[in-house]
Amino acid sequence: MNQKRNMFQKEYFWHGLVTIGGCFMIVLTLAIGVFLVYKGSASFTTYGHKITEFLFSSKWNPADSSTGGGSIGAAIYIYGSISTCALALLIATPFSIAAAIFMTEIAPKLGIHIFQPAVEIFVGIPSVVYGWIGLTVLVPAIKNIFHLTYGFSVLAAGIVLAVMIFPTITSVTADAIRSVPTQFRQASYGLGATRWQMIRTVVIPSAKSGIYTGIILGLARAFGEALAVAMVIGKTRAFPKNILSSTNNLTASIASDMGGAMEGGEYNSALWSMALLLFLISLLFIFIIHSISSKEEKKINGKN
Amino acid sequence: MGKIRSAKIRNAKIADKIMTIVFYCIALLFLMLLLVLALYVVIKGFVDFKLEYLSFNRKGIGNQFFNTLYLVFLSLLISVPLGTLAGIYMSEYAKQGRITKFLRISIETLSSLPSIVVGLFGYLVFIVMTGARWNLMAGALAVSILSIPLITTTTVDAFKSLEVGYKNGSLGLGATHWQTIYHVMLPACFPRIMTGIILAAGRGFGEAAALLYTSGMSTDINWSNWNLSSATCALNPFRPGETLSLLIWASRSEAVSANATQIANLSSAVLMIMVFTFSIGARMLSRRINKKAKGC
Repeated sequence: MNQKRNMFQKEYFWHGLVTIGGCFMIVLTLAIGVFLVYKGSASFTTYGHKITEFLFSSKWNPADSSTGGGSIGAAIYIYGSISTCALALLIATPFSIAAAIFMTEIAPKLGIHIFQPAVEIFVGIPSVVYGWIGLTVLVPAIKNIFHLTYGFSVLAAGIVLAVMIFPTITSVTADAIRSVPTQFRQASYGLGATRWQMIRTVVIPSAKSGIYTGIILGLARAFGEALAVAMVIGKTRAFPKNILSSTNNLTASIASDMGGAMEGGEYNSALWSMALLLFLISLLFIFIIHSISSKEEKKINGKN
Repeated sequence: MGKIRSAKIRNAKIADKIMTIVFYCIALLFLMLLLVLALYVVIKGFVDFKLEYLSFNRKGIGNQFFNTLYLVFLSLLISVPLGTLAGIYMSEYAKQGRITKFLRISIETLSSLPSIVVGLFGYLVFIVMTGARWNLMAGALAVSILSIPLITTTTVDAFKSLEVGYKNGSLGLGATHWQTIYHVMLPACFPRIMTGIILAAGRGFGEAAALLYTSGMSTDINWSNWNLSSATCALNPFRPGETLSLLIWASRSEAVSANATQIANLSSAVLMIMVFTFSIGARMLSRRINKKAKGC
């Protein structure tokens, strides 16, 4: 009898503990969100800046004290983030989709035994190592090829980011292509299509939403990447004139300036506002991915 | 008419051939890129290698290497229990509904957080609010925030993919739900969860942005001091501890010492080798699981 009671006590104890573990995740996420909003909104409440100034002005001169009175226009950083990520996507997307098609449709055996592990290793390479290679190989190379004074540029950042997001897009796209039913392919072949026609007209359209998800996940990774970009972007506070000029972005400036800013000062708050912006962008990406997949579900349900 | 059709077919066949070649080229490029990247980093790290670079003092990376391992160990101490507990809750106990949905969104949000944002959060909560100096524990906590969602999702996946027979069999024998989880399901899921933990550890080794403002950029270890409360004791988790990835970041511009570049090259090589070992380890483990599942 005692043993039985013990057994149920244990059941309740662990049930409680596991529930606490689950709730902790929610609390942690909320805490991060609340702290970011709290610290990030100080620029707009305590220091009275307008959100439009933060987003669209390029006058960045926050005072490193709690008196305020500086300007916190982060447009250069925002533009820097957007331009490097756009370039990275432009470079990485075609290659990633082609690599995914290769490893699923053209050489599936090679795909499973060589490509999948290679992609996984690529994902695991630390971002500072990418940054370091970018700094010691890519930046000098760009400097020599284009005869620049420094090689730090949007192009260098775009290439480093492209290499970093390449495996993400590839593996998600490959999963999406694998989940296209075999009958689709057989039907296409049966109608006399060549393999390329089958891939172009059947496989890619059916895997479209998965491919979009992969691209957005890659974009999210590129947006949040800090140190690798910081090492090659040059950190000049100016809009880039072309892809060979250096600029700065959100993550790099947070990473390099936070340590010197006074806690609670205007400078510090402006950097927190940038972190809040990054957080909101990552939430936006999650939202987009959800709406893509729910649209897809509706489509499938609608057909049946 | 027939001529046009055969020309069309011929064109389609040619296009097919060309595209096949294009795909092969891109695939080859991809593999070459990885191979060249990996070999370059490893070889460059060990060109003009001197044994003193590995020493446990200012000249070498020994201390940083130790800090990296110790920090990942500390972060796993936190993230593994929390991650698995949350995973078990999500797959076994949580009722389908609003809370589960909210939990899932939370985990997604956590796993897509930029690591610099996590670093700032860690800086605020573990350093500024506690009034402490940079310390390893704060770094470990920040890394845990990044690895908890990974461990939770692998745990959920492992539990979900387990055959219902395991659970039903155990419940049918009169075991309680927790007994079933602890004695039957968890052991069966263990290898899969282990794979997730290894991947999380591998990611922890390379993390830098989250550590920038938490674990600090200096390290001062006195290897003959084993007093845990002393700031120079190796095992004291509340001392500043620079990791390998932070060392690479630090040598980007400020040439701290004459051979800073060489040290950074070596650190990259060591990190690369660690990542390779861990991802190959995880892969071998999951292959063993698959073999076992197939029963051969």
